[in-house]
Amino acid sequence: MNHQHLSEEELVLRYYGEERDPADAGRRLEECGECRALYASLQRTLNVMDSLPVPERGPEFGERVWRRIESRLASRPRLWLGWAPWRWAAAGAACAGLLALAFLAGRSLPRAQSPTPVAAADPQVGERILMAAVGDYLERSQMVLVELVNADPKGPLDISAEQARAANLVSEARLYRQTAAYAGDAAVGGVLDDLERVLVGIAHEPSRISPEALEKLRERLKNEGILFRIRVLGSNVRREEEPAGAPAGQRL
Amino acid sequence: MEPTDRAFVASARTGDAEAFRVLVERHSRALFGLAYRMTGNESDAEDVVQESFLRAYRQLGKFDERSSFGSWVYRIAVNCSLDLVRSRQRRSEAPRPAGPEMEDPIDALPATGPAPDRIALGGELRSLVAAAMARLSDAERSAFVLRHFEGMRIEEVGRALGCQPGAAKHSVFRAVQKLRRALEPAMSPVK
Ligand SMILES: [Zn+2]
Repeated sequence: MNHQHLSEEELVLRYYGEERDPADAGRRLEECGECRALYASLQRTLNVMDSLPVPERGPEFGERVWRRIESRLASRPRLWLGWAPWRWAAAGAACAGLLALAFLAGRSLPRAQSPTPVAAADPQVGERILMAAVGDYLERSQMVLVELVNADPKGPLDISAEQARAANLVSEARLYRQTAAYAGDAAVGGVLDDLERVLVGIAHEPSRISPEALEKLRERLKNEGILFRIRVLGSNVRREEEPAGAPAGQRL
Repeated sequence: MEPTDRAFVASARTGDAEAFRVLVERHSRALFGLAYRMTGNESDAEDVVQESFLRAYRQLGKFDERSSFGSWVYRIAVNCSLDLVRSRQRRSEAPRPAGPEMEDPIDALPATGPAPDRIALGGELRSLVAAAMARLSDAERSAFVLRHFEGMRIEEVGRALGCQPGAAKHSVFRAVQKLRRALEPAMSPVK
């Protein structure tokens, strides 16, 4: 058999879906454990890069940017055209917070190309470290949900901070779903899918939420049983993280 | 329905600063994320966001109203980030005094990666990732950010960075190689 190993470069291109001959690379991966191991290592690294922390900027950040640049904008010649069309439309918009939310929603769109999951990697490799990250992710998600569930406002409540956190969590979700797929864990994957949907939903609520809308949101969370499910999953994951934890091969 | 960017752009072009303000408020946070990944530094990233909107305002006349304001201003932010990264490169060619800004976060880590059980928390994994990113050269980091986080094809990365696709590819490969070396020990099986 004249197998030629895939180079690291070829595998990087494969990960990003830019390889010249996907069928050929696929065949070579299939026939060689060494190539598969290198590809798995590359996938782990690149998947984990998605957890790169970006410091949060709150909804007031745009306003701050504006204040800093306002005086530096050379005044463009002002043409008085009456009330600009956007102002009419803005006046008609139900809620100014929607503007910010349109942005949050945009952020949660998945990237065009998603890497293929690991085909036949050693399930033990790196699992603990990745599971630890999943545990941390679940904990942060749980905190957002608990804050919303426990809020008891007398009037409209500003949930923009929770929404920003939910949007951030959504942007990390892909990594953890990959982790679950990598560990061959359909149950975990299912919970993560549902959790992501819930978080997207929260990011899409108006940023000032009425007590009634909040009650509805709470009702939905309860019906989905999502809090309970992530608590259970979280404690299972933590058990699996422990060095002397579950025997090899045992799944949640 | 809330008005689209297009309506605000049209008004801003006539000199309506309030309309431009809406665009700034809408897009600042997304630009910050991009700029932070490109520059690896919060205060640089904030500078990039401001500079991008200033440039956008000055160039509004050149903006093609049929295209998306979001992607246009994004592209401007990529260029601002690159300008800043390049000027940092030039500065770093001159001898720098030792100072806190020279600290390489990864130097604070042990030479061999910590054993997996020592980084049992996701938070620590994230700081390892940040440290590995900080170790990339500016060329490697910007090429990697554009390919990995912004989803640009390598050819587009080359165009954005003003270099040949071959050079862009090389930067992406070097970046991935370095990242893998830095992170793999932390993710290896327990022996
Ligand atoms: Zn091979």
